[in-house]
Parts: sequence; C-alpha cells; structure tokens
Amino acid sequence: MMRYLQRIHPQTLRVLALAIVLTAVIVFFSFQIENYFSPRMFNRIATSAAVILPIAIGQALVVMTRNVDLSVGSMVGIVAYLVGDFLGKHGSLDPVSTLFLALAIGGACGAINGALVAYGKVPSIITTLGTLALFRTFLVQYSGARTITTDSLPAWIVDFPQTVLFSIGAFEMRAMVVIALVAAVIFGVALSRLRMARKIYAVGSNSDAAIMSGINSAQVVFTSFTLSGMLAGLSGLIFLAKFGNITVVAGLGFELKSIAAVVVGGVNIFGGSGTIVGVVLGTLLVDTIDNSLTRWAVVSEFWRDALLGILIMTAVAADTLMARSFTKMRRKKTLSPIPAASKIQEKVS
Amino acid sequence: MTDGLPRSTSVRVFGFLKTWEGFLLIILVATLCYNAFLVPQFLTLQNQINLFQLSNEKIIVALTMTFIIISAEIDLSVASVMGLSACVFAYLVNGGVAASYAILICLMTGAIAGLINAFWIAYVGIPSLVVTLASLIGFRGLARVLLEDKGIGNFPEWFNELGRGGVVGPLPLAFITFVFLFFILTMVLHRTGFGRRVFFIGNNADVARYSGVKVAEIRTILFVMSGTAAALAGLFYAARLASVRGDAATGFELDIITMVLLGGVSIFGGRGSMFGVLLSILIVLNLRNGMALANITGHIQTAVIGALLIASVLVPNLVMKLQSNNSRVLKIQDKG
Repeated sequence: MMRYLQRIHPQTLRVLALAIVLTAVIVFFSFQIENYFSPRMFNRIATSAAVILPIAIGQALVVMTRNVDLSVGSMVGIVAYLVGDFLGKHGSLDPVSTLFLALAIGGACGAINGALVAYGKVPSIITTLGTLALFRTFLVQYSGARTITTDSLPAWIVDFPQTVLFSIGAFEMRAMVVIALVAAVIFGVALSRLRMARKIYAVGSNSDAAIMSGINSAQVVFTSFTLSGMLAGLSGLIFLAKFGNITVVAGLGFELKSIAAVVVGGVNIFGGSGTIVGVVLGTLLVDTIDNSLTRWAVVSEFWRDALLGILIMTAVAADTLMARSFTKMRRKKTLSPIPAASKIQEKVS
Repeated sequence: MTDGLPRSTSVRVFGFLKTWEGFLLIILVATLCYNAFLVPQFLTLQNQINLFQLSNEKIIVALTMTFIIISAEIDLSVASVMGLSACVFAYLVNGGVAASYAILICLMTGAIAGLINAFWIAYVGIPSLVVTLASLIGFRGLARVLLEDKGIGNFPEWFNELGRGGVVGPLPLAFITFVFLFFILTMVLHRTGFGRRVFFIGNNADVARYSGVKVAEIRTILFVMSGTAAALAGLFYAARLASVRGDAATGFELDIITMVLLGGVSIFGGRGSMFGVLLSILIVLNLRNGMALANITGHIQTAVIGALLIASVLVPNLVMKLQSNNSRVLKIQDKG
C-alpha cells in the first residue's frame, strides 16, 4: 500500500484527498438537510461557485508566483458596476463586446497591481492592500451612491442567469456555470501544456533560479496579475448577471473567499505548485459548506465565517504535515521513485 | 554617526534629514503647516486631543505590530481580535458578569487568540500571512457568533466614562496608555537583549536559531503581545463608543500596517525603529484629521492612506534603483 502511495505524485494525492473530503461533506449534509439532492440546491451551489471560480483561478496564478492579490474583491465590484453602468447608458452592446469590456476593465486594474509588484518591486501584500482601498474608493466616488438596477440592463443579461445549456435529468447546467468551467479548463490545460504558463511555476518555486535560466521573472509576475484582473472582470460580469442590482459594496470580502478556495485547493502559498483541478474542488468545497450551513438547522448561520477560518487552517496544516511526512518517507527509502521530487518537497515544507 | 569623527552640527542635521526618519519629519512638519494654514481650528487643544481620541486603539496595536513586522512576520488578525475581545466583553457584561472580571477575561481572550496564531506559526511552521488571514476570518466569525446581529450597549457608567472623559486633565486613559506603552516598548526594542533578538530573527531566522536564539519562543511572545494589545485596544474601542457590534473595528489592519510600514519598518524584517513609527503615526493622524476638518469623506481618506502605503515602499525602491544605477554596480539583467 505504502509503495503505491509513494508512486503517486503528491499533487494527485492532494486532489484525491480533497475529492474525498468534498464527497464526505456532501454525504454528511445530505443526511442533515432535507431534500439536499434537489436541483434547487445544486443550482444554488453551482451558481454561487461560478462567481468565485474565475477569481479563484486568478488568485491561484498569482499565488503560484509567490505573491497574493488582495484586491480581487474590489476589482469584481468595479467591473460589475462599470459594465452595468455602461450597459444602462448604451444598451445596444452585444454579449461578446460586453465580455471584452469586462475583461479590459479588469485587466487594466490587474495591470496596475502587476506593474507595481513586478517593476516597482513593492511586495504584493502591500500593493494589493493599498489598491483594495483605492479601487473601492474609486467605485464609491464614481457611483455617487447610486445603484445599478435590473430594469436599466438589457434583456439578454437579465435573462442570462436563467439560461440553461443542457440538463441531466432534473439537474440543469446554467450557462454561467459552464462559462466558469470553460475558463477553468482553458487555464488548467494551459498551465500543464504551455511554455509561458510553465514559467509561472518556475518563478514561483525559485525566482533567482528562474532569472538565471533566462526567464523574465518580472514579466511573468506582471502577466499573472493582469490575468488575475481579467478573471476578476469575468467574475464581475457573472456577478452583474446573477444579481442585477449592483451597489458599491459588490464583491466586498471576495478576496478572502478566493484565497480560501486556493489554499484549500492545495496551491502552495509559497508558490511554485498547485493545480487548477484542485482550485475547482477547493472552490466547490468552500461554497458547498457556505451554502449548506445556511440551510442547516443545528448551528446558527453566524458560524459560517468561524468555520471557514477553521477549514482554511485545517487545509493548510494538513498540507504542511503531509508534505513533511512525504519527505521523511522518501528519505528513508533509498530507492526513491522520483529523487528530484523529494528535494522539491523538502524545499516546500 | 558612530565612527567617532568630529562633525559640525550642520553636517549632522543634514545627515539626519537624509535618513527615512528625517524624511518623515519633513513630511510631518509640512502636513502640520498645511493643516494649520488651511483649517483655522486645527491648532486648538481640543482638536489635538480629538486627533488622538479617534485613533487611540489603532496606534496602541501599531506599537506591537512594529515588533511583529521587524521579526519578519505579519499579523493580519489584529482587527478581528479587537472585535472579538470587545464582543466577549459586551457578551459577559450583558450576561451579568462584573465589568472588572469581564475586562480580565477579555484580555485573556486576546492573549489566547495570539497563542493560537503563535502555535501554528512558531511550532507547526505555517507562514504567518496564511495563519493570520485564516484567523482574521475565524475570529471575526466567532465575534458574530457571540453577538449575532445585535448591538450591545449598557456598560457600567464608569467604563464609558473612561473611554470618553479625561483622566489626567483632558487626556483620556487610552492616550496615557499609548504614551506609557510607547516608552516601555521603545526601551524593550532598542535597549534590551530581547529587542536585539527580534531584529536578529527578522534578519535571518535560521542563523538566529543556529546561534542559540529560541526563535519559536520569541515569536510566541510577540504574537501573544500583539493579541493582548489588540484586546486592550478593543476594550478602549468599546468604552469610547459605549456599544459593540459584531463588525466592530473591521478593516483596522490596513491603517495599522500602513502606520508601521510608513515608519520605515521593512516588510522583510530586520529593520525599523520606534521613533520612525511614532512619526508616521503622527503623519497619518494629522492627515486624517486635516482631511476630516476640510470635509473630505472617509472613503477618500482611506484611499489616501492606501496610496501612502504603496508610496512608502515604492519611493525608497525607486530612490535605491537610481542610486545603484549611478554607482555602476554589477547589473544582473533579466532578459526574457
């Protein structure tokens, strides 16, 4: 048994463990909550995860380069509000142009972060803590405390959340869920196949070594922040479509949710490792727990945040301890299947 | 000026002004002059007391945050600990516990919160950024669990009086506590072996460990200090507002960390001084106060603080880049 365990890549093991935990959580709640496996509950969790998933992917890209983006919530708010405002004033915009508008606004915000971190050499936590406040202030000033309302939006975006692409039995796949998943697939494939994307891992695991081997580390960091901004733009558009009414507090606190999803999903906070499959599962786990707790009669819904904090802590602790025991296990066996991997693990732990 | 060479006063003054503290002093004087000219009531005694009154809680926590950041860690959970301990106090007083016992339990809550952070950081070895981000959510969640969505007031009259009125003349207790803590902690950081070790750990924790410094122990002390200071600040907050809600003190960590970093404390640890932090506290308070008197809204104030935070790291970086370009050091070009 141990022998087989050693042959599996630690990341694969991490994803497997996460899938088991997710299943266990779902089974647990299905016994606790009446009518849990209903299409309504499925839609509730799926659509709420669809808003978080794009920013979680963006956050994962940034965290893989050993940075963090705390401004995603403010960027989601800006995009949701500005796009809604634009559509209200010039309602004739078609869906594809709207998507590009959202990506452009988000990308511009992300590029500001990226330039400050990559070229200004300001640590990401300071930069994005600052822009978290700056972006939100811009939104508050721009809006003048007005609210975007559903009736000012064109019909296609109001109907969009109800659009069903296909259904399996009584369970329907909403279009916005599919869009979020498509984004996940694109980035998942790109991260494992594209040379550009592999550079992200290189910079995250050892920035100096990456520079020595000819990678433009600053450019990679800049790109990952810009992509995080664009994905926040996608999130903002989905947010706008889902809720319709946008106030200046749109997306408040999303940065914590996205970091939670990424960390629970097994992306190493020190950079250099992580998978998009893990991020998708992490997002699903966080949103499943979040949505199930509101329906669970045993504890009050005020426990949500406290449990979320405990969940993140548990995930990170499990990750650290697992990586450490792996290193020990491999050190004992002289016949290590992948000698290089144990060294990587050593650095990570 | 430790090389012992005799220098004229003007050289020494000029040398001081070229340091970060000197730069801060110039900014502070500029802010004070600008405010005094623009807003007539700025220099009144009442306004100078108000200036501290509204931020006493934050500046107390900024002092312990200085220690944490110098040791190359960060504590993002301080605002949540403030909120949690204030909620614990309100919950206990509301449940009929005597306020003096409630204060004790409240301070212990802060210490335990710090201990929880320290356990994961110092003994399990998880980065403080992650640990305190999780506890930022978790402790705030616990505060919500305690008070749900109620606001709790009706504290004893003497307790509210401590928050509002002056204890020595017009000076409130929170301000006196800040001054007292500032002197004690400055001594500890710059004049004791403990302070030297904090700098040592911040410079290189591995080397410190191999030289026999008990790194985990010192980190634990620092985080317990931070938690206790946050709880104390939470009590002052509760006393000043005479009521507590689950979202008390949300977002204070931005201001607190800005004050420390603007004071010249390096986010990478190992560098910084209490005097610099004091100057930056005065700058931030005067900026906010001046803007408030000039009728600038709270949101713009937050944005200015945010911009200041970025600038406080960006400007020295750019200056250093220019200097190194001038003195033709070996350049490692990172071509793609």
